[in-house]
Order: sequence, then C-alpha cells, then structure tokens
Amino acid sequence: MAYSDKVLDHYKNPRNVGSLAKDDPNVGTGLVGAPECGDVMKLQMKINPETEVIEDAKFKTFGCGSAIASSSLATEWIKGKTLEEALTIKNTEIVKELNLPPVKIHCSVLAEDAIKAAIADYKGKQSVSTAEGATVASATAD
Amino acid sequence: MAVKLPVYMDNHATTPVDPRVLEVMLPYFTNQFGNAASRNHSFGWQAEQGVDTAREQVAALINATPKEIIFTSGATESDNLAIKGVAEMYREKGNHIITAVTEHKAVLDTCKRLEKHGCQVTYLPVSKEGLIDLDELRATITDKTVLITIMYANNEIGVLQPIEEIGKIAKEKKVLFHTDAVQAAGKVPFDVQKMNVDLASITAHKMYGPKGVGALYVRRRNPRVQLSAIIDGGGHERGMRSGTLNVPGIVGFGAACEVAQKEMPAEMERLRGLRDRLHQGITSRLDEIYPNGSMEHRLPHNLNVSFAYVEGESLLMGINDIAVSSGSACTSASLEPSYVLKALGVGEDLAHTSIRFGLGRFNTEEEVDYVVDRLAETVSRLRELSPLYEMAKEGVDVSAMQWNTD
Repeated sequence: MAYSDKVLDHYKNPRNVGSLAKDDPNVGTGLVGAPECGDVMKLQMKINPETEVIEDAKFKTFGCGSAIASSSLATEWIKGKTLEEALTIKNTEIVKELNLPPVKIHCSVLAEDAIKAAIADYKGKQSVSTAEGATVASATAD
Repeated sequence: MAVKLPVYMDNHATTPVDPRVLEVMLPYFTNQFGNAASRNHSFGWQAEQGVDTAREQVAALINATPKEIIFTSGATESDNLAIKGVAEMYREKGNHIITAVTEHKAVLDTCKRLEKHGCQVTYLPVSKEGLIDLDELRATITDKTVLITIMYANNEIGVLQPIEEIGKIAKEKKVLFHTDAVQAAGKVPFDVQKMNVDLASITAHKMYGPKGVGALYVRRRNPRVQLSAIIDGGGHERGMRSGTLNVPGIVGFGAACEVAQKEMPAEMERLRGLRDRLHQGITSRLDEIYPNGSMEHRLPHNLNVSFAYVEGESLLMGINDIAVSSGSACTSASLEPSYVLKALGVGEDLAHTSIRFGLGRFNTEEEVDYVVDRLAETVSRLRELSPLYEMAKEGVDVSAMQWNTD
C-alpha cells in the first residue's frame, strides 16, 4: 500500500508523543479503540481551567501508520484551541489532510473519538472537583 | 560487507528463479519451442524430451515414478484437482472429507465449494503448537470418508504436520490421503512411499523455479488413485489435466527439483542456523517476543513471531527495506487478522503484531544481522509510541481490560 507523504512524515516524526499526568484535574485522557481491532489511541490534553484553552497535548498510539499519523495530527490541531473549538474537528478533515484511502477512514474516526473522549474525561473531572469544592465550602459554612 | 537493499525474507510467498534453473529454461522459449504433444516432427520431440526429463527430476525429489506426476499451472490447481477429482470419482463410495482449519485457502475454499454440492467436510482443530491430534483424526474417519487432506508444512507458521503418521492411519482405514506439500517439497525430506501419501500438491516457484507451473502426484499402485478431471480438452497428462504443456516452465521445475534435492541436506542446516540466529538476535534485543507455533516441528527456514504491543503494519512500514509478511488485519485484503494464528489460540491482539520471516537460498548472515538491527530499533521506537506497552510496563493487564470494540 502506498502512503501519502504526510502520513509518512507523521509516522517518521510523530508530533507530541508522550504522556501527561492522568490524575491531574486539568488533564483529560481519551483512550479509544481495542487491541483486538489493531488500533488503540491514547490522547491527552492539558487545559487551562480559566480560559478552557488546550495548552498541551500528547498521544500514544498502537496501530498502523495511518492511525499513528491521525493521532499525531490531532494533537497538533487541538493545541491552542479552546475545548469548544476542538470539539468541532471532524474526522473528514483528517482524511483530507492526510489523504487517507477509504480502508483507513476508521483511523480518522478513532482520532476524532479520542479528542471527544479526552474532553469528556476532563469535563467529568471538573464537575467532580466543583462538586467536591461545593461540599467543602458548605462544610466550612457550618 | 554492506548489505544490498532491499532484503528479501519472504520466501514462503515466492522465491526468485535460480540462475542455474533459468539457464536450462531459456532454449525452450526460442529454438526448442515445440508443442510436447506434436508427435511428427523434431520440434515436438525436443519439447517432449525436455518434459520427460523434468518429470523424472520432479518424481525423484519425492520418490515417485515419472508416470505419477501430473503437471498443472500451480499448487492451487493441484489442490483443486486432487480434492474435487477424488470427491467426484469416489462419490459412490462416500462424500466425507477430512481437513484442518489451518490449511491454505486453496484447500479450504475447495472444500467449502464441495459442501455446497453435497459433501460433508470435517475441519480438524489444531493445538497451540499448530498440530492436529491423530486420535481425533482417527475418530473422525467414517465409512463415508473418501479423502484426508492435511498439509505438510504450513505457509504462515511453517509447522510440519505428522504426515507419516497420518499416512499410516489413512492406509489402515483405506482412505485416500492428499497433502499440500508446497512449502515443504524441496526444503525438507518428502518421500511419498515412506509417508504413504496418495496425492501431493507441489509448485515450482516456492523452490527457486518459475511461477505458473506445479504438479500433482497421483499414486499408481497400492492403491491406484483415479481422478475426475476438472479441465477437459485434448487429454494431456493421462487425461487428468488437458491443456498444452508449459514446456519452459516444466523444464525449469525439473531443474529446480534437481538442485533442491542435491543441496537439501546442507541447505537445511545452513537455513536452520540463520533462522536461529535471527530468532536469538531478536529475543536478545527485545522483550515480549512470542513465537507462533511449534519451534520443534517446523520448517528450518521459517520464523513467525509476535512483537507484542506493536501493530504489524506499522512495523512493516518502519522496516520498509526488508520484505516480510504480517498476520495483521491491516495488511490483508480481508481486514481480518490471520485465521491460522487464530486457530492456534493466539489472541487477536497478538495476531495483529505477528511477522512471518521466510529465509531462503540467497539470504546471508549479514542480512540476518541487518534485519535484527532494524527490527530492534523500529520495535523499540514503536513501543515508545504504544499506549499498550506503557500500560503493560505500569502493570496493567491489557488483555483483561474492557475495551469498546463496537
């Protein structure tokens, strides 16, 4: 199979490889895919809670070259965006940017899912810590 | 010495034509171009002479007689002819065929087609090692069984089935025994007499001969095997396979068999040494390497290992100056990981990380060392990129996790 130059570039020089502290309340982690299907993506983002801007993003991917490229590109695109903006990223834009063939479209879908999962994880953490904060506040008010 | 790139290590897929083989073939394309069935002129006689010599060479490799060799277009046709030919010819006797789940598609899909036409087929399972159970085989035979078809060496994992024992059981139960010996013939000893084989499929291009030519061995005595032809026409090859003979191909096939037979003892040892060097090189440089299938009952030139946590296609992409194959779904047309590995009980997660190495006549020690180096650096790099490797190192049991597989 022939890969596009952009897929090869991301495969050879993946951007933002690594991990962020998953217990940090300002970090959202998305883990999508399954080993049996041959694709697992972990995408993490560190968010400024004041501005909701994604200040850092990291990924690790088990999968084919197109899966690695899709997640690498996703981290590049979400950095500096607000959560709201990041949620508008569509898998079709990834397909277009990387020239993915039809059999590799699922890789781009997985990358979009990973962004959404990471944001959901962050929001879940925030609502828990806000709720905890509220409990603490009410406790001190007693 | 610098290694010439790319390195070819996919000799189960095909092999290059040996220059000694090519040399013998060349006159049959030009001056000696005759039709082997032309009986009235020298062109035909020369062609027939070439075919006769080749028939002797092919027969000698497997300890058959020349009259028992039917030339075909390749092993897929040989498998089809053997299985369909027996099913049709012995229909009155019975309609049951026994095969195994790890067979080549040329056997499995032929059996599936026969099932649509009233045959009953038993697909024997295999152990973790890739071997069938002989007691199970014995228990599966009924008075309706007309054929056992079990391959000698598997094309993915190189595992050698106990065909001598299978031959004994078949003979005792008076059931015909066909073996797809494509990966084994010319590589390891294959003796149709000693092994009680009644039909055997072999092909030239897996043993340094040309593509497009194969043979079916059809036993002539004890018992005399009869076949219904699947290609009708001029009655070539004793009526079992009509069609003008591919004379240059057949001549090359014969020459390839002769070279393979002469060099087999030394070549087996040399390739076993290279294979073990490759395996040890990989395991000394990388952790979590899992061989697939028995290492004991195996072709000396095959290695099939899973590089846990690194998906096969991405690994092939990283070692793109080395030609090997992967059992990963992403590299196959079907988008399913290898059914052979699945049959061994290898989890789909590990099947996606498997690589098949097929060493051959033209591989060198320098090439093996180069492949080990490239694998070690690429697998290490991809594992740094792998969330599964990270989780495993943190002590998470990745296979026990709940994944969303929608």
